[in-house]
Amino acid sequence: MTYEVIGITVLWFFLYGYLIVASVDFGAGFFSYYTKRTNKNHMIHKIIQRYLSPVWEVTNVFLVFFFIGIVGFFPSTAYYYGTALLIPGSVAIVLLALRGSYYAFATYGAEDSKFYSFLYGATGLLIPASLTTVLTISEGGYILNENGNVQLLYGELFGSLYSWGVVILAIVSVLFISASFLTYYASRAKDAKALELLRKYALTWAIPAIGMGIIVFFLLSQRNAEHFHNMLDIWWVFGLSFVSFAAATFLIWKRKNYGLAFVFVMIQYFTAFFGYGAAHLPYLLYPYLTIYDGFTNETMAISLIVAFIAGLLMLIPSLYLLMKLFLFDADYVEGKR
Amino acid sequence: MFEYDPVMYSRILTYVTLGFHVIFATIGVGIPLMIAIAEWMGIKRNDPHYTLLARRWARGFVITVAVGVVTGTAIGLQLSLLWPNFMQAAGHTIGLPMFMEVFAFFFEAIFLGIYLYTWDRFKSKMKHFLLIIPVVIGATASAFFITSVNAFMNVPQGFDLVDGVLQDVNPLAAMFNPATPTKISHVIITCYLTSAFVLGAIAAFNILKGNKHVYHKKALHLTMVAGAIFAIGTAVIGDFSGKYLHEYQPEKLAAAEWHFETESEAPLILGGILTEDNEVKYALEIPYALSILAGGSPDTEVIGLNEYDPDLLPPLWVHYFFDLMVFIGMFLAAVSVLFVFMSWKKGWNPFNRPLAWMIVAGGPLAMLAIQSGWIFAEVGRQPWILNGVMLTEEGATTSPHVDLMLILFSILYAVLGITCVTVLRKMFKSNPVEHELEERGLSHKTAQ
Ligand code: HDD
Ligand code: HEM
Ligand code: HEM
Repeated sequence: MTYEVIGITVLWFFLYGYLIVASVDFGAGFFSYYTKRTNKNHMIHKIIQRYLSPVWEVTNVFLVFFFIGIVGFFPSTAYYYGTALLIPGSVAIVLLALRGSYYAFATYGAEDSKFYSFLYGATGLLIPASLTTVLTISEGGYILNENGNVQLLYGELFGSLYSWGVVILAIVSVLFISASFLTYYASRAKDAKALELLRKYALTWAIPAIGMGIIVFFLLSQRNAEHFHNMLDIWWVFGLSFVSFAAATFLIWKRKNYGLAFVFVMIQYFTAFFGYGAAHLPYLLYPYLTIYDGFTNETMAISLIVAFIAGLLMLIPSLYLLMKLFLFDADYVEGKR
Repeated sequence: MFEYDPVMYSRILTYVTLGFHVIFATIGVGIPLMIAIAEWMGIKRNDPHYTLLARRWARGFVITVAVGVVTGTAIGLQLSLLWPNFMQAAGHTIGLPMFMEVFAFFFEAIFLGIYLYTWDRFKSKMKHFLLIIPVVIGATASAFFITSVNAFMNVPQGFDLVDGVLQDVNPLAAMFNPATPTKISHVIITCYLTSAFVLGAIAAFNILKGNKHVYHKKALHLTMVAGAIFAIGTAVIGDFSGKYLHEYQPEKLAAAEWHFETESEAPLILGGILTEDNEVKYALEIPYALSILAGGSPDTEVIGLNEYDPDLLPPLWVHYFFDLMVFIGMFLAAVSVLFVFMSWKKGWNPFNRPLAWMIVAGGPLAMLAIQSGWIFAEVGRQPWILNGVMLTEEGATTSPHVDLMLILFSILYAVLGITCVTVLRKMFKSNPVEHELEERGLSHKTAQ
């Protein structure tokens, strides 16, 4: 493997990590708000609070990791994406800022307010929608580079079927991932009422999630034929993704082994996400920027990789401790501590 | 009225975001240490008041961390959005410390989550105390790494520039440049100092309001002893920072001191105004002091502004910010040392009203010193974004609409700031110390 490929793989792992943990968080916000509106909140409120409270900050770091890391490994992305994304990027920051701080205000600070939980629910869907714009743009055709002036073509972005398809895919995936994780968490907490409700949500969002995945796959063929053909070349990866989806949904439907079901959901998105990413290579921004011409110097690459390995050695035991105390500790999950 | 200039708006927006972030970042670096000290005292002296102190500080801290995290995320992304050219160049050289900073956050975030939710979960109190240590280390390490990036902007090194292309990059040399030692130590110790004073101001305010409980006195004593140590450290390291400037950024030092002619036995100028033809009026002059600040002895020759290309000099109003910072530094040191001295002398009352009011003022003043220090350091580097390598205007974005973003973010920070204060006040009002002491069966210790 070249340094370029190692670099993008590391970053892609973090983006995948963010995709999973943030989806759980975003979806939880939405469900929490939705159940409040329908007076079912008492059923799942506890579950959501107990899981989210200790981990929300960690979720955010996954994202920070990605965007700081990408500038380290691929400094030219700062130039292209930085110039083009001023407005969508700023909007995403504002939404993230509102969400993070109001979550803390509501949870640790004052009483529960309707407004806070609305913010929390709404941003849960808007953030994934705005963040996925970056993936859409990377397909090419939305950015113009004229004699050193990088521009985002808003008309093209808002008028394209593909970009809306991706937005919807992101939202339904968030809801599906979140519901299937929370189903598992509720089953660990032995909270039958919450389990029933969340299981229903998971099954509701399963079909839209896979359906949108397939639709977007075919929309891509019109948007970026080269990427589409690369994806067809590794069709088996997406086949695997589909099989995992089927296995997960089957288990949830049969009320069996929710933990394994969630692992299948993770595999479903892992394969699809890495398949998508691998087929996108070597481009970071089609057709302007590849991982080879945007790469940092070799010394920096090596030191980043060394720092990354050292960092992992430190993080993995700490993450393990966090999970042991809050995710796998039966007493905590059941609310006895 | 104005012509749209993305560079100017980017500069203002960067200042607004960083200026807001640094309030919470400073607290975020310093308060974990104060919490750790209080919890430690609680265990060592077996005094539940200190433990309660740690608990209540930690509870308020969560709120400020949240704002620190989201504004930090904002500045992290904004650097790429507003300074794409700078980040492209910088990514090659200082990607390493920025990357490591995120690891430090990660580490801190994990243990902070654990710390907050495990107060009563372990049998041994020591175990819970140990959990704050990684938070202290993580917070200080993140200040370390990010400040080394800023040090690099002041003394860029560790690369060769051949026809506009970066070559022979050495990330460690870039990170550990001549500005790093003074910059990092000054930033970290002022974070500690400011946090001690902010917490001390709260305790002093409660005492002034008539709360007689010994809990507040212990809080004030703890924070002022810590404050005195940090204040003296700040002044010492500040002096080293002056020597660093003399050596590596003499134009910044000269701008701060309105020092035009190169000369030895140079005086330090406090306050004053500058006339059209660069004459200093109404200022207080301390003879030899500038030479001593720069080189440790009165016969040190200090380079004057006249030696430089006037187009490459920073604006001279940074003088006032430098003075303000130094003045506040002296004030904080005096107040905290006086407090410690009065508590040490038998028969003197350190909790007298005038001193308590000065401590209350010390909290916001310390924050003001942080702001002034950064404005001085960053504006004093102008017109360079990478000193001597890249001009600020070369680093900026060319996008339209930066002005709109400035408005958007100003509203955001106003809303966040106001809500944060409201929530904190509500939180401590609805659960006053007296109430919590009683709840935990500690109230009988009132008189002492
Ligand atoms: C509570 C805050 C505080 C206090 C009381 C002081 N400082 Fe400071 N100072 C800072 C907070 C700060 C800072 C915000 O942390 C700065 C801004 C950038 C930096 O590196 O640190 C800074 C920068 C800074 C610089 C510029 C360094 C550079 O540009 O590289 C000098 C020369 C001093 N300080 C000197 C002093 C002296 C002689 C003080 C006398 C007591 C002093 N500071 C008190
Ligand atoms: C990662 C380290 C940092 C980077 C990359 C950075 C970058 C920049 C940039 C690009 C500017 C605009 C140039 C200008 O307008 O003068 C700037 C200015 C400024 N920065 Fe920094 N900065 C860093 C650290 C800090 C820190 C830690 C602070 C403290 C909060 C800070 C405070 C400021 C201030 C106050 C300005 C405004 C200067 C002005 O008005 O001209 N900077 N910085
Ligand atoms: C010397 C000035 C700075 C200090 C001391 C500092 C320190 C901190 C601290 C302690 C936090 C954690 C939040 C908290 O505990 O309150 C934080 C958050 C953050 N800071 Fe700063 N910071 C500074 C300037 C900057 C600059 C210039 C950047 C831009 C690169 C930056 C990027 C971030 C990011 C991305 C986060 C959020 C990390 C997360 O998600 O946990 N900081 N900062």
